[in-house]
Amino acid sequence: MSFINYASREINCKIVYYGPGLCGKTTNLQFIYQQTAPDAKGKMISLATETERTLFFDFLPLSLGEIRGFKTRFHLYTVPGQVFYDASRKLILKGVDGVVFVADSQEERIDANIESLENLRINLKEQGYDLDKLPYVVQYNKRDLPGSMPVEELRRDLNPTGVPEFEACATTGEGVFETLKAVAKLILIDLKKGR
Amino acid sequence: MSNPQLVIHEEELNEINDVIGRLLNEANSKVIFLVDKNGQLISGVGETERFDTTSLASLTAGNIAATGGLAKLIGEKEFSILFHEGEKDNLHISIVAGRVILVVLFDSRSSLGLVRLRVKKSSDELARIFEKLMKKSEEREKRGSPDFPFAEISDDDIDNLFSN
Repeated sequence: MSFINYASREINCKIVYYGPGLCGKTTNLQFIYQQTAPDAKGKMISLATETERTLFFDFLPLSLGEIRGFKTRFHLYTVPGQVFYDASRKLILKGVDGVVFVADSQEERIDANIESLENLRINLKEQGYDLDKLPYVVQYNKRDLPGSMPVEELRRDLNPTGVPEFEACATTGEGVFETLKAVAKLILIDLKKGR
Repeated sequence: MSNPQLVIHEEELNEINDVIGRLLNEANSKVIFLVDKNGQLISGVGETERFDTTSLASLTAGNIAATGGLAKLIGEKEFSILFHEGEKDNLHISIVAGRVILVVLFDSRSSLGLVRLRVKKSSDELARIFEKLMKKSEEREKRGSPDFPFAEISDDDIDNLFSN
């Protein structure tokens, strides 16, 4: 649910990166943070364990520029991917405007991907959202790894509805901005037709 | 969507700022923030420039969300007040009208008792403002908003955002 402030002429939207543990959600945000001009970004906050696993969330505020005189801000969040942090994941989905599902392309992670995607659907439903109606894109991450599955197979399991999808390697940044742009665009289009 | 979109106009923001500005003085506090439960900063008064307000808003909302989760686990609806005591500065965080978060930062020039007392009074005033605001939002959602700035954005507008 976006927040429109007519007094300061700002619009704020919330994007959540979802996916199984170690799929690269935090790496996506880190790359965006590194590549963004200092005046367009705020501080990146990571609530992580000592071994750098996300404990609660990562947060990165981005300011993209103006549309029709309104400053457009996106707040990027990741969820903790590990299965047992489900209670935290539910909290972070509150008020979401758009979702990126980051899938791990490695063959041995396909079950974890499917489980996480089901979990996303269930948790959204609990908050009163329907994934099929939300701005939503899929990213197939870790395409550079030797054990990665063909995109056609991943698509069959993880993107049956055919939402925009992107191949990525978050460590080098390939596909990272394409993914972000796609979901941001869907959110703005949704705003336009929604009201 | 489960909730109507939060839209704030100048008039309401002025009303809100009046209330929290008064609270700032009456509670002898340093800074006061008002944050949406989703982590968006609505307004702030006092020494706001000393703080990273965006991060503060997001972490406060995360804090309230986590505490709310705890409350549900033990069968409470929510914990409406949180208090964090530091060496110099303290944070008093409370939920107003079930949907916005009021954050009061104060030091030894004030006291927890005073802050609690003043916050209570201001919360009622803020609750009335937000009730009015939500009613307006719902009405607007029903009839559609002619002055909605995004109704006429074009694909070009959106593409331009990403061209820089």
